[in-house]
Amino acid sequence: MVSHPATKGDSMTIIAEEIGSHHHEEAHHEEQPKGILLWLTSTDHKIIGKSYMYTSLVFFIIAGALAMLIRTQLFAPNNHFVSPQTYNELFTIHGSMMLYLFAGPFAFGGFANYILPLQIGAPDMAFPRLNALSYWLYLTGGISMLLGFLTASGAAAFGWVAYAPLSSATNSPGAGPDLWIVSIALVGFSGIFTAVNLVTTTFYLRAPGMTMFRLPIFVWNMLVTGILILIAFPVLTAALIMLWADRHLGTHIYSVAGGGVPVLWQNLFWFFGHPEVYILALPFFGIVSEIMPVFSRKPVFGYKGLVFATMAIAGLSTGVWAHHMFTTGTVLLPFFSALSLLIAVPTGIKIFTWIGTMWRGQVDYSAPMLFCIGFIIVFTMGGITGVLLASPPIDFATHDTYFVVAHFHQVLFGTTVFAGFGGFFYWYPKLTGRMYREKLAKLQFWLTFVGFNVTFLPQYLLGLKGMPRRIAEYLPADHFTTLNQISSVGAYLTGFAFVVWMINLWISWRKPIAAPKNPWDGHTLEWATDSPPSHHNFDRLPPIRSQRPVWDMNHPEYADHRVSHGGVLAESTETSNEE
Amino acid sequence: MELGIVQLGKPSACEGTCEVVKRRRFFESKRNAVALAAGALLLSACKLPTFGAFRGATTQGQNEFHLWQGFIITAIFVGGITWGVLFYAVFKFRRRGDHIPVQTHSNLKWELIYTIIPVLIVIGLFAATFVSENQIDAVSANPALRVTVVGFQWGWKFEYPGGVTIIPKGSTYPTLELPEGKTTTIKLVSNDVVHGFYIPAFNFSRYALPGVTNYFDFTPTKTGSFVGRCSQLCGLYHAEMLFNVKVVSATEFSGWLATQQQKVTA
Repeated sequence: MVSHPATKGDSMTIIAEEIGSHHHEEAHHEEQPKGILLWLTSTDHKIIGKSYMYTSLVFFIIAGALAMLIRTQLFAPNNHFVSPQTYNELFTIHGSMMLYLFAGPFAFGGFANYILPLQIGAPDMAFPRLNALSYWLYLTGGISMLLGFLTASGAAAFGWVAYAPLSSATNSPGAGPDLWIVSIALVGFSGIFTAVNLVTTTFYLRAPGMTMFRLPIFVWNMLVTGILILIAFPVLTAALIMLWADRHLGTHIYSVAGGGVPVLWQNLFWFFGHPEVYILALPFFGIVSEIMPVFSRKPVFGYKGLVFATMAIAGLSTGVWAHHMFTTGTVLLPFFSALSLLIAVPTGIKIFTWIGTMWRGQVDYSAPMLFCIGFIIVFTMGGITGVLLASPPIDFATHDTYFVVAHFHQVLFGTTVFAGFGGFFYWYPKLTGRMYREKLAKLQFWLTFVGFNVTFLPQYLLGLKGMPRRIAEYLPADHFTTLNQISSVGAYLTGFAFVVWMINLWISWRKPIAAPKNPWDGHTLEWATDSPPSHHNFDRLPPIRSQRPVWDMNHPEYADHRVSHGGVLAESTETSNEE
Repeated sequence: MELGIVQLGKPSACEGTCEVVKRRRFFESKRNAVALAAGALLLSACKLPTFGAFRGATTQGQNEFHLWQGFIITAIFVGGITWGVLFYAVFKFRRRGDHIPVQTHSNLKWELIYTIIPVLIVIGLFAATFVSENQIDAVSANPALRVTVVGFQWGWKFEYPGGVTIIPKGSTYPTLELPEGKTTTIKLVSNDVVHGFYIPAFNFSRYALPGVTNYFDFTPTKTGSFVGRCSQLCGLYHAEMLFNVKVVSATEFSGWLATQQQKVTA
C-alpha cells in the first residue's frame, strides 16, 4: 500500500549537516507532562496543530450531520421534517461551522501550525504562547456557537452572513444570536493571532539556506493567507462589535430608524467575506502544490508563477467584495465585475501549473493524489461557474438561488474537503507515526467524489429553474422535487464516505502500522525528521540548497543543486531556474 | 437571429461564416480543428440550447439569456479544454516503473500562453457584460406604467397609479399584473428586512433593501403567468413569500387597471 520504498528516509543521516547551535540549547528541555495535562498546557506547535485539526474535524462532522438534516427536509415538497425556525437554524449553523470553525481552522490552525515550522526547518512557531491562546479562543468560540442550540430562542437563524437588519435585536431576539456573534468574534481573534504567528514565523524562523524563493509553495500560500487574514478579519470583528452595540447598547449603526445604514453591514461583511473565500482556499492550493510534485516525482511546475498567482489572487480578492452585492443596486457594477472576472486568470494559472507538474511525470495515484485530482476536477467547474456569476446580468438571474449554492460548494468543498483530505492523508503518517489503510482511503475518495457530484450538479439546475436558497419548503407545483431527491441521495452517499474515513482511523488506531520518516519520497523538510517529529522537530537538518532539500539529499543525481556526500556543497550552482 | 454572437459584441452583419474565416487566420495550421469547431458552434447559435435557463419573458430577460448563452459556451470550451488536458495527463503519465522522470521546472512559453489567453477571454467576457448590463439596468424616462413594490415580512405589496393596492389575501398570493410590450418601471422598497424580489422567468432579481430605493424596468414580451419569489433570507416564512406575475395584453391591462381604480373610488 505504500508506494515508495520506505527506506529512503534512512539514508539521509549520512549527508545531513549539523544545524545551528541555538537549536541544540533548546533541545535540552524539561520533561513534558503527559495525557490531558499535555494537551492543556502545551505550547508545542505540533500539539496545538493536532488539537486544531481534531477539533475542526469534529466541527466538520457536526456541520456535516446538520447538512444531512437539511437535505432530509428538502427531500419532499411541503415537508415538515423540521419546522421553518429549526431549518433556518440548521443552515445558519451548518454554514457558520463549516466556514468559521472547520475550513479556516483546519487549514491555518491545523495544517499550517503543524507543517509550516517543519517545512522551514524551525523548532516551533515564533510566539508559542500566543499560539496556545489562539487555540483556546477558537475552542471557546466553537462551543459558544453550539450552545446557541440550548437557548430558549434557539441558535442564530439569520444565515452565516447575518444580514442587517434581520440580525437586529427586534428581528432576531434572544441569546442564540448573541452567542453566534461572540463565537465569531472569538474565532476571529484566534485567526488574527494565528496569522501574526504564521507571518512572523515565516519571516524570522527560516533555517539557514531557506531563502524566500526556496520556501515550499505551501509556506508561500500560508504567508499570503496570513496577510489576507490580517486585512480581512479585523473588519469582520469591528462589524460584529457594531452589531453587538446595535443589539445591546442602543446604537443605530445598521438600522434605518436611527439614521443608520443597513447596507453598510453587507459592505463590511463582504469586505471580510470575499478575502475569506481565498483565506479558505489558498492553504488548500498550497497543499495541492505540495502533494502533486511528490506523487509525480517532479518539482512543482512554474514555481514563481504559482507564487505570483497567489499574490495576485490575494490582491484582487480585496477588491471584489461587492460582487456579492450586485443585486443591491448600490454598487458600481463594471468595476467589481471586471476585478471578479480577472481573478479567474491567476486561478487558471494555478490549475495549469498543477497539470504541468504531472506532465511527463511518473504519477502515482495513492489516496492523497486521488483527492488532488478530484479537487482539480471539481474546483475547475466551481471556478468557471464563478466566472458566470461575476457577470452582473447573469448574477441578477441566479443570485441567491441554488445555482450559487452549487457554485460555492464546488469551490469550498473542492478545496477544504478534496484538497483537505488529500493533505490529511498525505501528512497523516507524519502527524501520527502510523499509516492509514490505502484501500479504505481510496474507497472514501470514490464515495466522496460520486456523492458530491450527485449532490451538487442537480443544484445548478434547481437554481436555473428558480429555486431560491434557504427556503425551508417548496411546492409540488414548483417541479423541484426530483432534482432535490437526487441531491439528497448524493448527500447521504457523501455522508457515508466519512463513515468509511472514521473506520480507517479506527483501524489505524487499533492495528497500527508504523510510518517511516519519509513514506512518499517527499521533497520538503518535514520528511527529514521522525514521524512524528521529536519535541523540537529536528536534531539535524539536510543542507537547504533548493526548494527540495530532502529530494536533493535522496536523489543526488537528480538534485536541483548538486550536493556531494558529506553535506559539503560540490560548488555553488546558484543558477538555473531557481533564482 | 439576435444571438450569442451579437451579444459578444461582434457586428451583426458579420454572420457566423466570417467568424470561421477570422479564426482560421488567427490560429494557423495546428489549431484549425479547434477553430472550425468554434465556428460551427457559433454558426449553430440560432438553435442553441437554453443550458437549463429561462429564455426570458422580458426584453431585459432575453438580453440576459443571450449573454448567458455566450458565457456558457465559453465556459464549456474553457472547461472542456482544461478537463481534457487534465484527463490526458492523468492517463498518459501514470506511473510505469521506478525511473525518475525529467525534472522540468518551468516552461516560459507555456506559462505565457496560459496567462495571456485567459486575459483575452476575460476582456471579451467583460465587454459583453458591460454592453448587456447597461441595457438591462437602463431605466426609461417615460415608462408606460410605474408600480411601487414593497417587500415585507412575509409578503409583497404592489401599488399602482390611482391608489390601487394589491396585497396577499388569506392564503392567496398577490398578483403583479403587467402589460405586454410596454415598459413598466418598478420602484422597489422594504421597510423591515432585506428581501429579494425575484422573478425566475424574467431572469431578474433585485434586493428590496431598507434605506435604499431601487428602480428597474420590465418590458414583457409575452403574455402568461409566472412565479415570483423572495430570494433573500428574510426570517421565518422566507419560503412562503411568493407572488404571481400575470402579463396581459396592453388593452386588457388598461381595462383591468380602470376596474381596480373604480373599486378604489367607489
